[in-house]
Amino acid sequence: MLNLRLNYSKINAALLLGGTLLFSACGGSTNEGANSDLSGNIQIDGSSTVYPITEAVAEEFRAEAPDVRVTVGVSGTGGGMKKFSRGEIDIVDASRTMNESEKQLAAENNITFVELPVAYDGLTVVVHPENDWVNDITVAELKKIWEPAAQGTITRWNQIRPEWPDQEIHLYGAGVESGTYDYFTEAIVGESHASRGDYTASEDDNVLVQGVSTDPYALGFFGYAYYDENQDKLKAVPVNDENDSNGQGAIMPSLETVKDGSYAPLSRPLYIYVNSKAASRPEVVEFVNFYLDNAPELSEEVGYIPMPAEVYQEQKQKFEQFSSGASATAQQQ
Amino acid sequence: MTNSEKNRLKDKAFQVFGVFCTFIGLIVLAVFLFDIAIEGFSRIDWDFLTSLPSRRASRAGILTAWVGTLWILVLTAIIAFPLGVSAGIYLEEYSKKNRWTNFLEINISNLAGVPSIIYGLLGLEIFVRQMRLGGSLLAGALTLSLLILPIIIVTTREAIKAVPRSIRDGSFALGASKWQTVWNQVLPASFGGILTGIILSLSRAVGEAAPLIVIGALAYVPFTPDSPLDEFTVLPIQIFNWTSRPQAEFLTNAAGAIIVLLAITFLLNGIAVYLRNRQQRKVKW
Repeated sequence: MLNLRLNYSKINAALLLGGTLLFSACGGSTNEGANSDLSGNIQIDGSSTVYPITEAVAEEFRAEAPDVRVTVGVSGTGGGMKKFSRGEIDIVDASRTMNESEKQLAAENNITFVELPVAYDGLTVVVHPENDWVNDITVAELKKIWEPAAQGTITRWNQIRPEWPDQEIHLYGAGVESGTYDYFTEAIVGESHASRGDYTASEDDNVLVQGVSTDPYALGFFGYAYYDENQDKLKAVPVNDENDSNGQGAIMPSLETVKDGSYAPLSRPLYIYVNSKAASRPEVVEFVNFYLDNAPELSEEVGYIPMPAEVYQEQKQKFEQFSSGASATAQQQ
Repeated sequence: MTNSEKNRLKDKAFQVFGVFCTFIGLIVLAVFLFDIAIEGFSRIDWDFLTSLPSRRASRAGILTAWVGTLWILVLTAIIAFPLGVSAGIYLEEYSKKNRWTNFLEINISNLAGVPSIIYGLLGLEIFVRQMRLGGSLLAGALTLSLLILPIIIVTTREAIKAVPRSIRDGSFALGASKWQTVWNQVLPASFGGILTGIILSLSRAVGEAAPLIVIGALAYVPFTPDSPLDEFTVLPIQIFNWTSRPQAEFLTNAAGAIIVLLAITFLLNGIAVYLRNRQQRKVKW
């Protein structure tokens, strides 16, 4: 996924942004009201991070096809994947890619699926607004702070950079059950699900916002939307991945830097997975296309960052191939 | 200071301490209610109660959530009431005091202490998967029934125990069978207490989110359920979902939904108090 992202330069993204606008305008006019004869149920479950986007899409889809009953659950990426791999739901919201054991379970149950990225989230590293010493941080330094070996040994700011104060560092981060945690550890520590355990963990990002904004020696990370809504209470730290090919020096997370891939490695894609049996049903095909058409606008509205328009185009093609294959097999059976 | 003066002082001190203890709970409740009321009261209007969930906080409503909560409430009551009361009657009136009964009693008390999410996992396996009910209202109500059964059984037994021995003896003396005694004397006399227990345990069930999320209750449901086999959401899930959103306006919505949930709980408690008082006036020993 990361490789795919790095192919897009800023210029490319800007050109394609124009394309999106044009495209979504066309899409809107051709689809409108044309599918009011669709009906059926679409069952979605999974990540609470992706939930706001799916909720927004489902809400708008009601105007498009009022007789299709779309329901969305929030049992988490792990819980959703389990249901998806047993064939209990049609689409799963995921804040990480499907792991090996989930793939295996899906294979055992003869579930084939397609993976579609729908938006980006920029994991943002934050400190207290009165913190005047941290003005940038490198990935290596973040690794030093968060890796499992840091537990009990890296406890003061000046252990990370000698010029930083000789004060305790207080860490706040995502709970170990969340996809956010999996992604952060993978990107920073280099191994998914490996980190120190002695930090304040919460699945609820608002709790982390509260923690960092009231603790002058805090350092935390969470989704970009939570920083964006609380800019007056938090200070975001630009992250330097020490790789100048995707933007020089330390890069501040923002709509632009996440979208063009220069905010690396902490911008993460969010996904939906579609079951092939579901993809042979016209209402699901319509819903997924509607999702990809409207994701740029809706994801930004709920606080996430749209992908470059070209990516949505590719995903639409990928899904079209997948769904035509799926309906062909469905007819044979 | 004489001994009696000392004792009077101790008496006074304990009284002050008692008042203090009582007020701690009340003050916390008052602060909580005040905070929620300020935050959410302005949000409650007809639109809020009749709108579907939405990504725009100002347009989002709790229709499906409160309707789902009422469905769950009624179904749970219908399922848990006969089971819990019958079990209570059996244990109190029919069962013999032996090791088997002891074993049952200890386990029922233990069940009352099991965390609610465990009931969710149990419900997921039995009702959702084995019985193939899916994430339906019925599966949710059955799960919550399991959760509150121990409380209903214990309160039923307490209420039955409070019926004086002489009432039973009188009934038997007139030639009534065991069942006639239970049905015509013991149950009517203890009904107020039983009802209070059921309603209080339902108030607990209404506030549960965790076990329902586990069995697959949803967060976004754009329709109100028509039958017990429909999918659903409930107020606590909607509140939980809104409090974890980044936009502050959703917190206002959550406060509004909390007020509605509190209103339902207070209403239930009010009914419990009313029924108990009415019952107490009727029973004269």
